[in-house]
Amino acid sequence: MSLLNSPQYADENKLSAGRRILQQLHIDLPLLLSLLILAGTSLFVLYSAGDRNMELITRQGVRLMLAFIVMLAIAQLNPATIRFWSPWLFGLGLIMLIAVLLAGEIGKGAQRWLDLGLFRFQPSEIMKIALPMMMAWYLSEASIPPSLKRLILATLILITPTLLVAKQPDLGTALLIASAGIFVLLLAGLSWRLVFGVLILLAATTPVVWNYLLHDYQRNRILTFINPQNDPLGAGYHIIQSTIAIGSGGVYGKGWLNGTQSHLDFLPERSTDFVFAVFAEEFGFLGILLLLMIYVFIISRGLYIAAQAQDTFSRLLAGSLTLTFFVYLFVNIGMVSGLLPVVGVPLPLVSYGGTSVVTLMAAFGILMSIQTHRKLIAY
Amino acid sequence: MSLNRNSLALKDHIRETQIFNRRLLIAAIFTILLLLLLLLRLAYLQILHQEHFVSLSENNRVTILPIPPTRGLIYDRNGVLLAQNLPSFSLELVPEHIPDLDATLAELQKLISISEEDLARFQKFRKRKRRFEGIPLRFRLTDEEVARVSTNLYRLPGVEIRAELARHYPLGKLASHAVGYVGRINEEDLRKLNPSSYSGTSHIGKVGVERAYEDILHGTVGFQQVETNAQGRILNVLERTLPVPGKNLFLNLDTRVQAVAEKAFGEDNGALVALDPQNGAVLALVSIPTYDPNLFVNGLDSKTFQTLRDSPDRPLFNRALRGQYPPGSTLKPFIGLAGLELDEITPGEKLNCPGFYMLKNDPRRYRDWKKTGHGDTDLSKAIIESCDVYFYSLSMALGIDRLHQYLSAFGLGKRTGIDIQGELSGLLPSSAWKRRTYNTVWYPGETLIAGIGQGFMLTTPLQLASITATLSRYGKRYKPRMIYAIQDADEKNYHLIKPQASDTVPIARKSNWQTIITAMKNVITNPHGTARRISRNLSYTLAGKTGTAQVFGIKQDEEYKEEDVSKKLRDHALFIGFAPVEEPQIAVAVVVENGGHGATTAAPIVRKVIDTYMLESKHHEPAQ
Repeated sequence: MSLLNSPQYADENKLSAGRRILQQLHIDLPLLLSLLILAGTSLFVLYSAGDRNMELITRQGVRLMLAFIVMLAIAQLNPATIRFWSPWLFGLGLIMLIAVLLAGEIGKGAQRWLDLGLFRFQPSEIMKIALPMMMAWYLSEASIPPSLKRLILATLILITPTLLVAKQPDLGTALLIASAGIFVLLLAGLSWRLVFGVLILLAATTPVVWNYLLHDYQRNRILTFINPQNDPLGAGYHIIQSTIAIGSGGVYGKGWLNGTQSHLDFLPERSTDFVFAVFAEEFGFLGILLLLMIYVFIISRGLYIAAQAQDTFSRLLAGSLTLTFFVYLFVNIGMVSGLLPVVGVPLPLVSYGGTSVVTLMAAFGILMSIQTHRKLIAY
Repeated sequence: MSLNRNSLALKDHIRETQIFNRRLLIAAIFTILLLLLLLLRLAYLQILHQEHFVSLSENNRVTILPIPPTRGLIYDRNGVLLAQNLPSFSLELVPEHIPDLDATLAELQKLISISEEDLARFQKFRKRKRRFEGIPLRFRLTDEEVARVSTNLYRLPGVEIRAELARHYPLGKLASHAVGYVGRINEEDLRKLNPSSYSGTSHIGKVGVERAYEDILHGTVGFQQVETNAQGRILNVLERTLPVPGKNLFLNLDTRVQAVAEKAFGEDNGALVALDPQNGAVLALVSIPTYDPNLFVNGLDSKTFQTLRDSPDRPLFNRALRGQYPPGSTLKPFIGLAGLELDEITPGEKLNCPGFYMLKNDPRRYRDWKKTGHGDTDLSKAIIESCDVYFYSLSMALGIDRLHQYLSAFGLGKRTGIDIQGELSGLLPSSAWKRRTYNTVWYPGETLIAGIGQGFMLTTPLQLASITATLSRYGKRYKPRMIYAIQDADEKNYHLIKPQASDTVPIARKSNWQTIITAMKNVITNPHGTARRISRNLSYTLAGKTGTAQVFGIKQDEEYKEEDVSKKLRDHALFIGFAPVEEPQIAVAVVVENGGHGATTAAPIVRKVIDTYMLESKHHEPAQ
């Protein structure tokens, strides 16, 4: 035990008054503080990326506030309740995904949105949480590692929503949903032999996926990723310009609001998926180190909560959600810095945009719930 | 729950915790490794290659610059150059690199003359162009001005002298209405043209052949991808696509004929069109006064433009295509032909001309130009002496609508379809037209004066030349063509333009046409012929017809100023003619505004033009 629950405070009676209140409010202070710092950083960077557009900042600020409220609300739920509702939420999500394919709205060439009259939202976002919940629920029904039969069923649970989202087509989200599910499987002790077997199988089926399952624009993205100079004014433009932005930032950066790449309109999507390039150009390598430290702290805290969790469902879910958060981070920075092909994955909690922020914070709400509902074992 | 089961569950729980924790540890290690990979990548970009990317982002920008194509040349049929490109120097400013624009402008004004208009144009361009693009301030710098600015360039950042090719018309005023001119691309042009193909081009054909064949003359723009430094100077050309120069044009125009024609007008205004009846080739297209097209290439100052625009002589008005004149007596051969072909008269049929004509139930006397009358007159005599009474009577017999129908076949009342823009259609009236336009019935008196080419009837000089050519070829019609051939920019391959035939005029009896043509020949050779004065020393056969058009009631003349009333009220003199009669090579129509009688002013011009073409012009076929 470390950090806040150090042994000397183990005795419930000795817990300070403040700590007790936090416990009762189901707030995990380290997580809350680090998330607040990240949200603050986001507004700070967006002010520069959006060319000092206060309206943009206000809108994102309101979204972040809403997302924090959602997080705190979910934290109030008992993990047992969350567990109970898991299959229901998953079923609902699946129905909505099918509805979106049948009657969804098309935006930017993809069918992702469902209009519910009052507001529009992307059912695929729900899946980011519902899928790991469902899989954690299903695998924790029996002891782990899972039996082969269970494994096959779990794989089906994993594949169905992933394919539905990929068909929209939303490769970025499909990737995140699939990794959330895969993390549950891996954490549940999936045998390594099976893991490598699947990997080899995947490598073998790549040509099929390439030729039949990917859309033209997705193929282009991968081709340009391999050689951005191929199409310097078209698809490769994003990658070339963002690497120039990052590289020209150097160790110390050009300073806040002074990024030339981002302010001379060279950098596309600079408030959303490519916001990291703005950050890197203006704050340099040192700034990135600080930013990554915040992320590393959040991820360690998440993994710590997973390790401390008291039942299999909570562990699998907390671990999967935290690792998915890392996938967000890795894929986004990897893409912006030219390590990975361009996939539409935002920089978690920093990129401008509504739905992903709410989903991410909901996941942290679950983590807080798991952490703050632990039954303290008396010494 | 038994104790045994409980301990089993506990054991299970411990095992599961172990599995999970081991997996979590592996995940954490993976996470750390991947994070390190990201950091390595970022360090590679930001620490190892920072300089490279800084220069990419700040100093070196790759830009794409257009390379304008060279405009095609224009020659006449004998290879005489009519439009060429000469090097010219202009002064350009790049606002992005000028720290203080007003100071720079003031400094430049000390070195060379910059007019208010230059400044106004500069400001206008500035709004349209991007900050890093050059904006022209002055054109056509003299050698001295180039030298003066060049020596000071070092202290004038953002100021550049640009060498470019400027259009030049070596013959100046000659044939300006035919060749036309190019001018700076204006907002109206921008709306019509394809911006990318004109990205490097500053001028566009505005009128005449320059406008009509813009697509062929312009060529295809080229591009170069260049690396520029922070000052916008080109460091390195990365890639280059060369422009394709415009194609050269050979016109049907014969400069020699054109020059003689323009000179023959003397002090008078008017228009002349000469066609080759064999194919519709435009041998001369004259509108007097002319203007110097070179003035338009780099923009006129407003004073010169106002003078040109407001001059009562209207030099910018293309009379050959747009001047609509009553054809007067030049129409008589065609009305006579209508009478013969529609069986209303026979060649030998005679009519007594007492010097006037009267309609039934109308006390008014419609006078002949000859007060004493022509006496017994047949068709030939009526044409040779231009008897009005004969044609009053004939047009009454034909009626306006049959006349309209027959003359339509020659193309009157319609555009000829010449290959340059701006042509007007003239007016060939009919009772239906009058009802449509004025909502009144057609009066017999109107038919009467239509018979001598007056009244509502209007024709352009181009139309007159065209119907004359048609008559000379027994009804064969061609669309007038300015251009003879298109030559590839490499000056090797020619593409000849084929003559374009129109619907022929139907022939009832060929002898009818012969009758008319013979009569027209006699207009010149017969001692009573109205154009007998131009018959002296004629070494080829010539057929023609004089005409005089009354000026009052002509709409276009309303713009004439009140001054010089007496001249203004004088009749227009007309003449149509073709030669040789047997195998026509040239058909000419001329209108001399306020020239009085066709025989005295118009006919001699046509004689000079045809003489030049038949006798002096060596090549009747364009040069190779």
